[in-house]
Amino acid sequence: MKKEIDDGLLRDPLCVVNVGLEGFAADLEAQGLTVTQVDWTPPAGGDARLADILSKLGT
Amino acid sequence: MSAVIVNEVLRGFYLDSVALLRMSQSLVALDGVDEAAMMMGSPSNRQIMADAGILDATGEAAEAGDLVIGIRADNQDAADLALKEARAILEQSSAAKGDGEVWRPRSVRSAVKAMPDANFALISVPGDFAISEARKALRRGLHVMIFSDNVPVADEAALKQEALDHGRLVMGPDCGTAIINGKPLAFANAVARGSVGVIGASGTGIQEVTSLIGENGGGISHAIGVGGRDLSDAVGGFTTMMAFDLLDRDPATEHIVLISKPPSAAVAAKVVDRIGASSKPCTVCFVGGSEMSLPANATAVTTLKAAAENALGGSAIGAGFDPAAMAVPASGGPMIRGLFSGGTLCAEAQVVLQAAGEAVGSNAPVPGSGGLDSKGAHQLIDLGADEYTQGRPHPMIEPSVRDDALTAALGDDSIGVILLDLVLGFGAHDDPAGYLIRSLGGSAGKPVIASVTGTEQDPQRRSAQIAKLEDAGITVAPSNADAAALSLACLRSTT
Amino acid sequence: MERIEQANEEAVGRMLAADPVLIDVVTAGDVIDGLGEKVILHAGPPIDWADMCGPMRGAITGIAVFEGWAPDLEAAEEMASAGAFEFRPNHHASAVGPMTGMTTLSQPVMVVENRKYGNRSYCTVNEGLGKVMRFGGNDAEVLDRLRWLRDVLGPAMGVALRDTGGIPLKSLVARGLTMGDEMHQRNVGCSGLMLRALAPALAKTSTDTKALSESLAFIGGNDQFFLNIAMAMGKAIMDPVRDIDGSCVVTAMSRNGTTFGIRVSGTGDRWFTAPVEMPEGLYFPGFTEADANPDMGDSTIVETIGLGGFAMGASPAVAGFVGAGTAADAANYTRTMAEITVGENPEWTIPALDYLGVPTGIDIRLVVETGLAPVINTGIAHREPGVGQVGAGVVRAPMACFEQALVAFAESVGVA
Repeated sequence: MKKEIDDGLLRDPLCVVNVGLEGFAADLEAQGLTVTQVDWTPPAGGDARLADILSKLGT
Repeated sequence: MSAVIVNEVLRGFYLDSVALLRMSQSLVALDGVDEAAMMMGSPSNRQIMADAGILDATGEAAEAGDLVIGIRADNQDAADLALKEARAILEQSSAAKGDGEVWRPRSVRSAVKAMPDANFALISVPGDFAISEARKALRRGLHVMIFSDNVPVADEAALKQEALDHGRLVMGPDCGTAIINGKPLAFANAVARGSVGVIGASGTGIQEVTSLIGENGGGISHAIGVGGRDLSDAVGGFTTMMAFDLLDRDPATEHIVLISKPPSAAVAAKVVDRIGASSKPCTVCFVGGSEMSLPANATAVTTLKAAAENALGGSAIGAGFDPAAMAVPASGGPMIRGLFSGGTLCAEAQVVLQAAGEAVGSNAPVPGSGGLDSKGAHQLIDLGADEYTQGRPHPMIEPSVRDDALTAALGDDSIGVILLDLVLGFGAHDDPAGYLIRSLGGSAGKPVIASVTGTEQDPQRRSAQIAKLEDAGITVAPSNADAAALSLACLRSTT
Repeated sequence: MERIEQANEEAVGRMLAADPVLIDVVTAGDVIDGLGEKVILHAGPPIDWADMCGPMRGAITGIAVFEGWAPDLEAAEEMASAGAFEFRPNHHASAVGPMTGMTTLSQPVMVVENRKYGNRSYCTVNEGLGKVMRFGGNDAEVLDRLRWLRDVLGPAMGVALRDTGGIPLKSLVARGLTMGDEMHQRNVGCSGLMLRALAPALAKTSTDTKALSESLAFIGGNDQFFLNIAMAMGKAIMDPVRDIDGSCVVTAMSRNGTTFGIRVSGTGDRWFTAPVEMPEGLYFPGFTEADANPDMGDSTIVETIGLGGFAMGASPAVAGFVGAGTAADAANYTRTMAEITVGENPEWTIPALDYLGVPTGIDIRLVVETGLAPVINTGIAHREPGVGQVGAGVVRAPMACFEQALVAFAESVGVA
């Protein structure tokens, strides 16, 4: 199962998906990184039962 | 009062029916207007207007390609005004419209679709949701840094196993700091690039070591945060092992520094084995840990400062700094009160005081320290601990978290010296020195000893922050360990 | 789960592989199984007379008079409440119908054949604007028009289409998207293209120049003529996507004026229903939202295949029905719908969005997760029978349908 770790992480320019605090995205952009901010809301509007089903079904 | 109907026909003036309906709404809203519409003059539209009682002979004569303005109002003035308004609206409609809102993806999935080069996800959503977001990122081939805390440890272990299967790195949960490829992520400092690679379970530990290395002539290849619990028995060091794999293979890294609280014996053994397998020299800093035997390529140190010095090849940090010479006589009682925003900085200070033979109590005690209720012990408080940050921002972001404790310490006769840390960098407060000076309100009444974790390249600029503190009479030591030593020297200079 | 991803890829693969062709206009009773006397197909999920809204009842009584089952509207209403008619959803009969969606045995229906999979679907001919049966209109003018469609236009179109060998719809829709159509609210481009394709054959096969002239004028004067063709096309595309084990792609969305229903591939023909919502939009002069009937019709099949609200970016004018209505707003609707679909359709692209393909294959997991319900462009009917259309706007599919479907789907793949 185990895959060799992808060492492109330490080689390639970071291209960041920021999920959460927008300040982090602003800091990264200020350093010239490409960042996409996700306009995140709790899955299924915070309904725990549906969120649990979703996590099992995978998205 | 009888209603007035006014029509106007604009020959060959085409506008989309939707646009016209929309514009008609603003006519209806005018004072004195009963009903109004602008429509293209097709027979069915004219019928609609007739049924609505807004069509007269003028409009009746319109053809499909003409635009009909139909208004029914209480009086002639209101009708004329509405007609004027209608003409203005139609004129405007040909001018450019304003920008709509910028689209932003609502999910990791669509963010990756929109940015196919994405290779990294930084996750700081509430802990309940962090794992599922991280999983989505992993499945799409991203490396992940989870800033969020309050994640069940079993979920952390499962996620890291999954990351291993994908060949991707998961930093965190509860990972506040990393520097990848010279780019500080989340709470990290702008440090010169160089040959030292850092692996750390502690955010402020990484910040202090990388900043000290950077400010003292060295540089950082990468600093990989692993999360506060990675080296716990429950997680077993998944990320630490992967970080070693990465840094071993990274040509830019010549020396590896590992920073953590002391792990359990089982995990420590695993880590020691991994270090032995590394071809690179390593510095192992288990803050507050006891002696351990290490492979030949590794050196054990107990403070962050010593870790930085060892990584710099043994050159001393803060050369010329002499605690005895700089000591300000303490006033008041015989105790030190440490008020820390950095948890590992609090731990390091405990180690320094313990090494000098002092009794220490803390809400986050390292081995050898007692609790805050320990009699006759210096109290070193980690203000970033959960009991202080419940529902409040971390003191690195919001220094006011320290205010109450500072006021209490200033008014406590048993306390002779106040010891503080200021942490700079991305994510941190933009002027912690200025804030502290305002909090102290001019005269502290007792010596305040501080250290400033950060670099010249940080947004707050380390030298500027130090100058502010010194101007206000606060003594600044070259490192956190030195600040602890200095506060002890202050106490001893009075006795 | 990998299994779900594969099943969904299969579902969208079938959607993209579809080859819908308009081939004929025939009498409904001749091609639809079980469509006999006093059987009425209606829009939306199953519904009884007692639960039907005003326009639906108006259309039922009108069609009963049209078919000669009742002498007048009053008698038809009595018969309906006494259970004299059998009501079935169009969707259960390979058919779709706009708004009230009346389909009965003697009406002409257009036939779209999906030549990739061999299935056919049916939809009546669009009646035009104003007082029409699809909005619950049922007076003499409405019934006369239906008779003309039955006796003149329907047969003429049938002969003409058979003469052409069929008009492929996929490329026609692709061109319509570049002309500002989204195929639900706006069909100006496609209706014109269809007239261009049909006119020579109509002329060639006509023996009556007056009838020909009337037919051409009717098609040419009806900006929404293509809507019913797009709907039959949608049904023809989606039917082969039904019953793919493990797929959570939506195969139908539809409303009967009282409830909104969806079907999901992996859960077969089961409907997941919730009360319909009120459209938000603009009203014709003299009407307000107080006059409006809740959302209605099978036309949401066009959103199910990635058109309508999903293709709003192609049709900024339609975005004006809600909000500011700039081109950027329209584009945002389309980009937002891409959040809830498996993929995009590379053959149906939107020039203004850098040729982004329309979002295709609604994944119920993504709908529930993001809380983004499908956007539907719709006409608004008066809530009283017999009045007709009073406005147009945008409405969201009720989230409850997708939540129920998610739970049932999870069970179908063994997730409690």
